[in-house]
Amino acid sequence: MEIKLTLNGKPLTAEIDADTLLIDFVRAHGCDSVKRGCETANCGLCTVLMDGTPVLSCSVLAARAAGHHVQTLEGLQAEAEDFVGFIADQGAEQCGFCNPGFVMNTIALLRENPDPTDDEIRAYLAGNLCRCSGYEGQLRGIRAYLDSRKGDA
Amino acid sequence: MAETNFRVVNQPVRKKDAMQLLLGKPAYVDDVTPHDCLVVKVLRSPHAHALIEEINTDIACKVPGIECIFTYKDVPQKRFTMAGQTFPEPSPYDRLILDQRVRFVGDAVAIVAGETEKAVDKALKLIKMKYQVLEPVLDFHTAKDNKILVHPEDNWRSLCPVGADNQRNLCASECGSHGDVDAVLADCDEVVEHTYHTKACQQAMMETFRTYTEIDHYGRLHIISSTQIVFHVRRIIANALDIPKSKIHVEKTRIGGGFGAKQTVVAEVYPALVTWKTGKAAKMIYSREECQIAGSPRHEMEVKVRVGANKDGVIRAIDVYTLSNTGAFGEHGPTTVGLSGHKSIPLYTGNLEAHRFAYDVVYTNVQAAGAYRGYGATQGIFAVESAVSELADRLGIDPVAIRERNMVREGQIMHAYYNELASACALDRCMARCKELFGWNEKYPVRDMGNGKVRTAGVAMAMQGSGISGVDVGSATIKLSDEGFYNLSIGAADMGTGCDTILAQMAAECLDCSVDDIAVFGADSDASPYDSGSYASSTTYITGKAVEKACAQLKENLCKIAAGMLDCGVDEVEFAGRAVRKLDGTGEVSLFDIATKSMCGNETSVQATASHTSPVSPPPFMVGMVEIELDKETGQVDVLDYVAVVDCGTPVNPNLARVQTEGGIVQGIGMALFEDVTYEPTGRIAENSFMQYKIPTRLDMGKLRVEFESSYEQSGPFGAKSIGEIVINTPSPALAHAIAHATGVWHRELPITPEKVLWGIKKGQA
Repeated sequence: MEIKLTLNGKPLTAEIDADTLLIDFVRAHGCDSVKRGCETANCGLCTVLMDGTPVLSCSVLAARAAGHHVQTLEGLQAEAEDFVGFIADQGAEQCGFCNPGFVMNTIALLRENPDPTDDEIRAYLAGNLCRCSGYEGQLRGIRAYLDSRKGDA
Repeated sequence: MAETNFRVVNQPVRKKDAMQLLLGKPAYVDDVTPHDCLVVKVLRSPHAHALIEEINTDIACKVPGIECIFTYKDVPQKRFTMAGQTFPEPSPYDRLILDQRVRFVGDAVAIVAGETEKAVDKALKLIKMKYQVLEPVLDFHTAKDNKILVHPEDNWRSLCPVGADNQRNLCASECGSHGDVDAVLADCDEVVEHTYHTKACQQAMMETFRTYTEIDHYGRLHIISSTQIVFHVRRIIANALDIPKSKIHVEKTRIGGGFGAKQTVVAEVYPALVTWKTGKAAKMIYSREECQIAGSPRHEMEVKVRVGANKDGVIRAIDVYTLSNTGAFGEHGPTTVGLSGHKSIPLYTGNLEAHRFAYDVVYTNVQAAGAYRGYGATQGIFAVESAVSELADRLGIDPVAIRERNMVREGQIMHAYYNELASACALDRCMARCKELFGWNEKYPVRDMGNGKVRTAGVAMAMQGSGISGVDVGSATIKLSDEGFYNLSIGAADMGTGCDTILAQMAAECLDCSVDDIAVFGADSDASPYDSGSYASSTTYITGKAVEKACAQLKENLCKIAAGMLDCGVDEVEFAGRAVRKLDGTGEVSLFDIATKSMCGNETSVQATASHTSPVSPPPFMVGMVEIELDKETGQVDVLDYVAVVDCGTPVNPNLARVQTEGGIVQGIGMALFEDVTYEPTGRIAENSFMQYKIPTRLDMGKLRVEFESSYEQSGPFGAKSIGEIVINTPSPALAHAIAHATGVWHRELPITPEKVLWGIKKGQA
C-alpha cells in the first residue's frame, strides 16, 4: 500500500506492506536513532513524536502514520542539544542505547511542562528503561538544565 | 599515601562519545552495517532434552528469498566453548554450532538465512521436525550423578583441571580450606547455618546480542559485533568453524550495554557460519525473547553457609558450599562459582581462624549461564552477608558493630583470597562514612508509620577483584601524530562504561596534555594491541597500567628525536608536555615540530606499545545501607534511601564511577526484589519478555547517594582499583536484612517479592 506522511519535516510517499511497523519504516528511511529494545512496548527506546505526541513506534503500524507528522531525534537535534549536554556532564548517557528514546520523551515533557518537579520527571519518563545509569544521573542532568534556565531568566 | 594531585585523572571529564550518543547518531552494529544483507535467524527447540530424528527443510527452502538452511549435519563436529576467556579456557569444550541432541527449551536446531525477515520467518515455520523426546534434568539438586546425562558425548572435553566430569553432569568441582574449620566451628558459641538461593537473572542490556558478518576484499571473514571480547571472538569463531584464526577479523562498534552478557559469543557463530558458507554478508539480531531464553544469564546458585562466632561477636570460622547451575553448557561455569567463596569469605578476614570453600557446578537442561556483573561474588555475598546479619541478630549485636569488629583491614593477609595482601583497603572508612551519611542509628530501629507500614534499614559489605591475576593482559599503543595530537589504540572494549575516556585521561595525565588531544581507537583484532577484553573488572587496573607504560616509552622516543633536533644528548632534555626542552633552559622544540619531524627524514618511532599483567587482583570494597518502607498488609517493599560508600582506589573519573555505582545498585535492587526466572514443568522459562521480567524503572528506587572513600593501590594506575562489578553486590543482602528486621522473617531466596514477604508475615503469625 502507498502512504504519504511527513518525516522530520519532509513530505514522503512510500510503498509499504500493510503490516510494516513504524519503527522499521523510520529506520529504513535513515532514522537510525530509533532503537528496538523489546518487542512488547515495555522499554521506551523506540519513542517518536507523532503530531508532537510521543508514541512507541514498535507498536504503531506505519500505515497509521499516514497523513501525520512524524519526528525522530534526527529532526529535533537543536531542541535536544539544548539540554543533553547537561546529561553528558553527569556521565549518565553510559552505553547510549536508550538515550534517543528518553531524550525524545524529555523533549515532549518539557514542551508540555517546562518546569517539572523531580517526581514529575520520574513519572513522565517512567516508561523509558535504562539498564546502565540507575536513572539518578539522568535526573541530575535534567535538573541542572532546568536550574540553568532559571539562572538565565 | 602516594601523590593524588592529578591534573586530568580524578576529574569528572565528559565521556568522549557522550554527545554523539545523546543525539542519537548512528553508532551501533545495526546502524553502521548494511541493511541489505542476509537476515539470519535460528529455529529453537521446544523440548528441554531431545534427539533430533528428522529435519525436513525441503518446503522451507522453497520460500522465495531463502538463501540457505543449515542443520546439525552441516556444521563442524569439533566441540568448542562460547565463553570469552583466555586460552586454555576453564570452560569445557561442550558445544557444536548445531547438535543432534538439544539440551534446553530454546536450544538452536536450525539456522535460516534469507533476503528478508518475512521470508526467514515463513521458512522457520515450514521446517518439519521430528524429535525423540528425552527426560530432562531440570532440578539442579539432582543433577550430579544423575542417570540422565546432559553431555554423554565422547568428544566433550575439559582443557583445565577444574574437576569437570561429563559422565557425572559435573562442569567443575573443588574444595579448598585454611585451618580446621570443623574444629573451630565446634568451639564457637554460636553457629548460623543456612542455605541461600539466587536465580538466573538476565543482564537485560538494552541492546540485544547482534553481529554482522561479511567476506572482506582479502577473502577473510570480517565480523562486526557488539562484543566485550574481540580477540576471544576471533579464537572462538575459528574453533567453531574449524578454520584458521588468520582468516578472521573482528571489530566492535559502540556497545549498547554488556554487563558480561557479551563476554560470551552468543550470536556471532550463526551469521559467521552463513557468511563463511555462502560468501554473502549476513546479520543476526537477537530478539528480546531470545535474550531471555537463549542468552548467557547469571548462574543460579545455592550457597550453604556456616558462620561461627563467640558471644562477643568475634567471627572465627566460615564454611561455604556452593551448588551452581551452569545449565545446558558450561560457559563461565568453573570460574563464576569460585568468586562465591573467594570474594565473600575474605570480607571477614579480621579474626578468621579457619575457612573452607567447596563447590559443585552441574549441568542441567535449562538455558546455559554465563558472565554477569559480579560473576559469582554477587551470589556468595548475598549468602555470607545475610548469614552474618542473622548471626548479629542472634547475638543481639548491632549488625554494623559486628562488621566493624570483623572486617578485613589494610595490611591483613586474606587467606580466602588466594593469600593476597589487602594492600589498599578503606573498608573501615567506608563503613564509618556510610553510617554517618545514612544515619544508621536513627534509621535501623523499626519505626511503625501508623498506617500499616514500617520503616527500617539493612546493611551489607562487598568486595570484588581488579582483573584476573596472572592471566589478564592489557595493552595500549600510543602514537604522536600531526600537529602534536596523540592516537591511543586499545583492545579493551568500551561498553558504555567509559573506558575509552578514562584511558585517554590517563594518557593525558602522563603526556601532560588535554583529553581532547587524545584520539581513542578500539577495539579491532587486526589493528588493536592484544587485550583479553573488558571483563573481570580489569580495564582500568590492567589496561590503564599498560597506557602508563606505553606513554613512558613514547616520551623516551620523543626526547630522542628532540635531542637530535636540538643537537644535544638525550640526557640533556626533558619531556614537558607541549614541548621537549633542554634542562639548562637554552632551547626547546615543540611537540608540533617533533610531530612534523617524525614524518620527514626520521627513523625513531613515534609510537609505543606496552602490555601489562598483574600477579595480584586488588579488591575494591564498599558498604551499602538501605532504608525501606514495608507495607505489612500487601508485602510491598519501597526503597526509600540507598547510601553507598565505595573504595575503588583513585576514582579515575568520579562522574563515571558514580554512575557505575548508581547503575549497579539499581540492577541489584531489581535482582533482590523483582527479577525472577521460573521454569514451567517442560523447562520453558516463563519470564521471556520485559512484560514478565521486570527490571527497575525510575519509580522503583528512592534516593540514591554515593560517596568514595579512596585507598591508594600502588600497583594500579594512579592508585586505581576497579569499580564495574562490585557495585551490584550489596542490594540483595542489605534488602534481605532490612526486610527481616521489619518482619522477623529471613528470606533466603531471591527475588523477595511482595507475595513472599506477605506469606512470610502470615506464616510468622500462625
